[in-house]
Amino acid sequence: MLFLIYISSGLFLGWSLGANDAANVFGSAVGSKMVRFRQAALIASVFVILGAVFQGKGGAETLNALGAVDALAGGFTVSLTAGLTVMLMTRKALPVSTSQAIVGSIMGWVLFTGNKPDISVLIKIISTWVSGPILGMFFSGLLYFLLRKFLKRAKIHVVKLDTYIRISLILTGAFGAYSLGANNIGNVMGVFMQSAPRISIDFGLFMLDGAQLLLLLGGIAIAAGIFTYSQKVMQTVGNGLLSLSPEAAIVVVLSQALVLFIFSSSELSNLLIRIGLPPIPLVPVSSTQVVVGAVLGIGLAKGSNEINFRAFGQIAIGWIATPLVAGILSFFALFFVQNVFNQQITSKQTGKSIIESDSIHGNTLESLQLDFVIPFVILTVLVILTALIFFIMRQQRLRLKAENELLAQQNQYFHAQRTISELEMKAIQSRNELLNSNLDKKRKEFIDMAFNLTEQRLFLEEIITRLEELARSAVDSSNNNDLRSVIALIRQKMSFSKEKENFYGEVEMIHKDFKTKLETSFPSLTEQEKKLATLIRLNLSNKEIATLLSISPKSVEVSRHRLKRKLGLQSEDNLMQYINSI
Amino acid sequence: MFSFRHANSSIQLIDGFIDHIDKGIIIFKEGVFNYLDGNNSSFLDNLRTLSSLETEADIIRRKVENILYTQSLMPQLRGDIMRLLEELDNLIDLAKKNLYQFDVEIPFIPGELHQDMKKLTELAVAACESVLPAARSYFREPDKVKEKLHRAYLFEKEADKLADSIKRRVFRDMPNLKLSEKFHLRYFTLHIETISDAAEKAADLIGIIAIKRNI
Repeated sequence: MLFLIYISSGLFLGWSLGANDAANVFGSAVGSKMVRFRQAALIASVFVILGAVFQGKGGAETLNALGAVDALAGGFTVSLTAGLTVMLMTRKALPVSTSQAIVGSIMGWVLFTGNKPDISVLIKIISTWVSGPILGMFFSGLLYFLLRKFLKRAKIHVVKLDTYIRISLILTGAFGAYSLGANNIGNVMGVFMQSAPRISIDFGLFMLDGAQLLLLLGGIAIAAGIFTYSQKVMQTVGNGLLSLSPEAAIVVVLSQALVLFIFSSSELSNLLIRIGLPPIPLVPVSSTQVVVGAVLGIGLAKGSNEINFRAFGQIAIGWIATPLVAGILSFFALFFVQNVFNQQITSKQTGKSIIESDSIHGNTLESLQLDFVIPFVILTVLVILTALIFFIMRQQRLRLKAENELLAQQNQYFHAQRTISELEMKAIQSRNELLNSNLDKKRKEFIDMAFNLTEQRLFLEEIITRLEELARSAVDSSNNNDLRSVIALIRQKMSFSKEKENFYGEVEMIHKDFKTKLETSFPSLTEQEKKLATLIRLNLSNKEIATLLSISPKSVEVSRHRLKRKLGLQSEDNLMQYINSI
Repeated sequence: MFSFRHANSSIQLIDGFIDHIDKGIIIFKEGVFNYLDGNNSSFLDNLRTLSSLETEADIIRRKVENILYTQSLMPQLRGDIMRLLEELDNLIDLAKKNLYQFDVEIPFIPGELHQDMKKLTELAVAACESVLPAARSYFREPDKVKEKLHRAYLFEKEADKLADSIKRRVFRDMPNLKLSEKFHLRYFTLHIETISDAAEKAADLIGIIAIKRNI
């Protein structure tokens, strides 16, 4: 427990590193919305932990060699002051690097305890501060140049290129996160390496020793920083400093990952030794400074106009200011811890090493080997099962969402259709009403016309009767002849042939369908009977029909009877009702 | 997440959209020529074809927009791409409107102006036709865009000159025409000239967004 409290300052430093430096890896991708934050955070966390555990020892050991902080309270203070330096300088918007802060703090411890610093290690570390950004610039310039050449030749459609870029951003981001974990975990846990528990745990597939377990804790702290605080930083950095084109973002992340990987890979260093070249120093370098170098490298590849030389100046200020501030802070903090809290900040005071002095790490733990194969397998299976269940549930939820959306759309469509149908119905109804009123109006007109003709006929018959009486009583034969010719003229007019022609023309136009139906259903009907049926349909009286057909009302009655028979009706059936139903 | 399905369908739609614009402006030229030559049935046929091409182009443009936004494709470039498609769509829209105006207003174009009007139409259409290869180039080879655009600017300039000369002739050398007929001719010259102006606007946009892609 005490051990955990002591390393809490390291965990805080790890959290701060995760919150700030994950933006160097996924800032452009998240800021430009090419990759979602949750996706980026998950990938970055997993790969940071992997890098820290499997490749983080080199950098951590170099820091340890600079000044072997051999007491837990000393490690706590060194780590805390480095974290505070980063926080303070970030607040003051000064260029700062965790790597340089921790070196400054260690140097503060070395000076305070009066230990002799390993100058060769110090030179090695400082040389990487300079070579890191320069290497980043070189890599990015070269990669950018090659990528542009390739894209020019490949002529990939911009839409397809977008998918390739997304894949590349994820892959380079994963590599970048791995390298960040491998290289920068030294900053977080380097000062506690001496106090690493002497145990090893067998997970079946791999085995972790005490140092690696410490690095795992640091990696988890970085992952916590990524998940809890890096989103805002990614958005800010992605839309500000790293607001690059997606191609440039890939190059910057890849260059940074390569530089950090080179300065943390013991395999690569050993390979160089084997082929007779000098080894690569395994030192934590500032990812931010490498990124700045990489961005400048892209500017260089595009043309010197784009280079912002002020950025170099800021890096140089960081080289001097950060270790200086951290060293001073560390020196005074150690003084405070030693004299106020009476904590042992170095083993020199008691002559006991950190392991010996710590009650937790007694001889019992020294050669402890734990077999975690079964729990690890169970845990792995559980994780896979949980992921599977989560994935299936997510798919189900998405499918359900899609189905609901479809249903909502169909409902909307159905309602729209129903409204349209109702409107159409209303329109048809109003049109029918209009047609009916027009029909009634026309029917009335026809009745008026028929009534008018009947009236005229009766009036003319009256005139003829009077004229015939006058003709009979006339003495003068010439007058008699004149009267007879007037009577003939009136009788000619009484046929109303022109008016009737007009009348039938209009009636036929209105009742065209009726006539057609009548003709098809009863082909044996004569023309006169069809006319009679039409006039009955108009609801005209026998007298009016007689006038229109130029027959007597009695004859109309006979014709109606004959029509009834031809239509196949019984005597009790209503002729008018039947005709109206056709 | 890494599916190429949407990318491929968007590519097909964008290519199809540019093809529609290409066909549309060719049909516009045919339509104006048929109107001037008095081939009424062919003119009406051109009008119908152009109208359906314009409708289809609109539908394709909306489909592309839908895919780009719902699938979150190219968050940095989709705004530029949609603006480009809108500018290209504007070309076929204007062509359709112009041909409809010929159909509705039936302008009287004196025989001596027929050749000039045909030439003006050819220049406006050539400006549009020069923009389309540049638009295609934007998607695959943005650095080649510039060399394809200079023809569009040349044709637009020539179209402007010819339109001015036609208007000058109408108002100065044709006293027999009524003032209303002169106005009518001026408007139709302007309508055709507008297409070349729209081509120039599209060319400007392509130039800018291509530079943005190269940065």
